[in-house]
Amino acid sequence: MSDINIVDAPPGIEGSGFFATSLDKVIGLARSHSLWPLPFATSCCGIEFMATMGSHYDFGRFGSERLSFSPRQADLLMVMGTIAKKMSPVLKQVYLQMAEPRWVMAVGACASSGGIFDTYSVLQGIDEIIPVDVYVPGCPPRPEAILDGFGKIQELVRNESGRRRNSDQYREMLASYGIE
Amino acid sequence: MAELTNNDVIALLNDKFGDRVGNISEPYGLLTVETATDVIIDVLGFLKNEAGAGFNFLTDITAVHYPEKSSIAVVYHLHNMVEKIRVRIKVFINEHVPNIPTATVLWNGANWMERETYDFFGVKFQGHPNLIRILNMDELDVHPMLKQYPLEDPNRVDKKDEYFGR
Repeated sequence: MSDINIVDAPPGIEGSGFFATSLDKVIGLARSHSLWPLPFATSCCGIEFMATMGSHYDFGRFGSERLSFSPRQADLLMVMGTIAKKMSPVLKQVYLQMAEPRWVMAVGACASSGGIFDTYSVLQGIDEIIPVDVYVPGCPPRPEAILDGFGKIQELVRNESGRRRNSDQYREMLASYGIE
Repeated sequence: MAELTNNDVIALLNDKFGDRVGNISEPYGLLTVETATDVIIDVLGFLKNEAGAGFNFLTDITAVHYPEKSSIAVVYHLHNMVEKIRVRIKVFINEHVPNIPTATVLWNGANWMERETYDFFGVKFQGHPNLIRILNMDELDVHPMLKQYPLEDPNRVDKKDEYFGR
């Protein structure tokens, strides 16, 4: 007996021998369940991520079993930990090396806002240098919080229009970060 | 052989340098002396190489900024690993002319310590082979531990005074 769960098909028109729906929804569905994360872990939030990847919380349940340690094959950049200003060009380079479509999750207080490190040497949130889709609060956030943030990313991916990455609005947003 | 004590070190320094080494104190038992830029390398070299002193290990070089005195204290920590005693040597220099000779002629380990002190305090170690920033990003245009510069990052938006009752 199998108890494997599979996702429901997106809404569409069904009949004998055919099923019609929009391509965006099918691609969104597929992408959202096969996101390859790139863990950019610099400190204690990275330890929580290790727990998240472990068997107890099992990140693999969401189609993210395969971590990508090359930015070129990754869909989701997970920034976990304090980013010093000296590190910021490295982080930006990693983001630039990722292929579109790409998403970014800021995990923890430091990546989101600088956290307790309100000082001249620490970047006050990675959104000063790259666009961020989801922020996960916590110092460090528990694995449940990271999973919740990942769920929010999946929601964004599932509902993203196929044309979003070509829109003027998206280009302008990237241009405001000095990208392209 | 008797153990080397702070008093022995004081006597050695007084014999060799007289009043060029002064303001001797022993806070928490740590012998602390002050000297000047023109003899600092001689003092360090003497403490390192003199048979009776034997401070062979340079523990640290750092600095302290005293804006009210317009001066920067460059601080050297030496350790005699055989006799298990330490000494601290301070040199007060003008904050507007922060020059001091390099200790890399005595210890190669002084190289990074002096780069760090330059990075944070702007102390220029004359004769250092590669005096560039070591920890902060290269684009930083100040020496951040000097007290005229704020500790906090001005880009921070969530730490508004009203949230803290200020």
